Amino acid sequence: MTRVDLEGALRSSRAKGRKLLVPYLTGGLGDWTRAVEAAVAAGADAVEIGIPFSDPAMDGPVIQESSQRALDAGATPSAILDELARLDVDVPMVVMCYYNTIHHAGLERFAASLARAGVAGAIVPDLPLEESGPWTRAADAESIDTVMLASPITPDERLPRICERARGFVYSVGLLGVTGERVELAATATVLAARLKKVTDRPVLIGVGVSSPDQAVEACSVADGVVMGASVVRRFLEGGPDGVGAFVGAVRSSLDAI
Amino acid sequence: MAEPSLEGRFGEFGGRFIPETLFTACEQLEVAFREAWADPSFRSDLDAILREYAGRPSILTECRQLGAKLGLRLVLKREDLNHTGSHKINNVLGQALLAKRMGKTRLVAETGAGQHGVASATAAALLGLECKVYMGAVDVERQALNVFRMKLLGAEVEAVHSGSRTLKDAVNEAMRDWVATVENTHYCLGSVMGPHPYPWMVREFHRVIGDEAREQCRALLGDDPDVVVACVGGGSNALGIFSGFVDGRARLIGVEPAGGAAVGRGQPGVVHGMRSYLLQDEHGQVEEAHSVSAGLDYPGVGPEHSYLASIGRAEYPSVDDAEVIEAFQLMARTEGIIPALECAHALAWIVREAPSLSGRTVLMNLSGRGDKDVGQMMEILSK
Repeated sequence: MTRVDLEGALRSSRAKGRKLLVPYLTGGLGDWTRAVEAAVAAGADAVEIGIPFSDPAMDGPVIQESSQRALDAGATPSAILDELARLDVDVPMVVMCYYNTIHHAGLERFAASLARAGVAGAIVPDLPLEESGPWTRAADAESIDTVMLASPITPDERLPRICERARGFVYSVGLLGVTGERVELAATATVLAARLKKVTDRPVLIGVGVSSPDQAVEACSVADGVVMGASVVRRFLEGGPDGVGAFVGAVRSSLDAI
Repeated sequence: MAEPSLEGRFGEFGGRFIPETLFTACEQLEVAFREAWADPSFRSDLDAILREYAGRPSILTECRQLGAKLGLRLVLKREDLNHTGSHKINNVLGQALLAKRMGKTRLVAETGAGQHGVASATAAALLGLECKVYMGAVDVERQALNVFRMKLLGAEVEAVHSGSRTLKDAVNEAMRDWVATVENTHYCLGSVMGPHPYPWMVREFHRVIGDEAREQCRALLGDDPDVVVACVGGGSNALGIFSGFVDGRARLIGVEPAGGAAVGRGQPGVVHGMRSYLLQDEHGQVEEAHSVSAGLDYPGVGPEHSYLASIGRAEYPSVDDAEVIEAFQLMARTEGIIPALECAHALAWIVREAPSLSGRTVLMNLSGRGDKDVGQMMEILSK
């Protein structure tokens, strides 16, 4: 896969007035690469690929289940990256992995393997700013954008430091809690995104608890875009790549109608 | 024992590998703990409750029969005699008092064997806090009695069906709860593990074991013991007793279960917020631990143990289930004390090493009583 620059691609779409849509899929599960293609065809601006981990402490039931099923089916980080390398899509790919996956492989080695696979960015949910130095040095050297996360309870003084270290986009965590679908968009979601928009020019995307086209629209009243995980994974578990394509297409249409 | 670095490191171990939401929560906790620990009124409140409620100080018991049989002088630190039957109460009372001081109204806790869950439920009942305990579904089955005890104490117990359905998965689930409830909830972590400040804070709350034992040993033996032995899962009872002797000459032995020997067989890894020795496969997936004792079924270990191992100050041998089952019965028959299966690991090592310990003084932390294990032992021994 040819690498597409993450932040560059997102900024350029934003400049055209487009709201950004980043669906998440668990790598290594069934015909997941076809689901990635379906998501891209349906209008994803980037795709987040989860590398399954045995102890996904930030994830709720749906992504826990997809991770466990992928692991049971023999998914490994290197096999997922090999498949990504063979994929032919024209939007940036971002991996989501827990830090032990990187730590175990070795930071430089892992960053190089992402670059070889054509991956543009990495989201590491259990690596806060204070622990991020060794990894971001390795990632920067390979031009891998490390997305940083901000939480609704992150104090004001931390937000600029998080945004400054972020590459690609700033992940504005929508609520206090783990990944998963919610009936409504939490009130915290747009509040945090607004605080972030005040301190950064980088794209700000709301993720965690953005579950439907309507919620995506609501989130994008403040944010530059959304990351949608559990809702996409559930479509994949229920309806395979076609289910993913249909759902991503529906969210795309709603966002384009703003 | 020294404080960790400002980043929460013991050497190259420890740290804060947690989501941003919990990072902020852990920073607030660290500030609150530093203030409380330096506040004489907090210390005297905790001392009073440890004395009048938990039953401290715990006594030393010399095992004359067993010592004679093994050819050494064996002394037990009787944490099994604390209220709720294990050392876990020391930490839990400290954390529950701290939670109240921070204005929290609810505790969440993980538990393996159920000892920490029972202690958390107890502290919550005493101090008027809500309490929810996460316990692996496998452990719920193995430790049905403790599940009922927690419920009697007013706690909600949730069986965790994800992953290996044991202690590590209960920790994941407790962290997931805490991420969502951090505003009113304190995560009452049960061992010297997790993100900073937990490994340090929990060790400080258990330091009372080592402080008492050092004075008691000097009175009874006229000196520090030659060897200090404790079992290690996460490692809280071991660090508690080691803290009284780490600056002295005693050999420090942390005994791991053969099926969960994180220091013995693991490699440095990152899970549950800390960098420490960890059992993992070739792809960095955390492996399941296997031990007869639910309380030691943990694939990681507290980061300060990894540090003590790395500098050679403490040793971490392991014993297998068969040796543990033998030791459990040996202590019951020769001393009239039924130890927790966890502590039987420490005794199993002493029994195995007795020839090389001939004539030495050995202090063992009897960190819990075995009542909770009687049902399981009945099954094992009837096979």
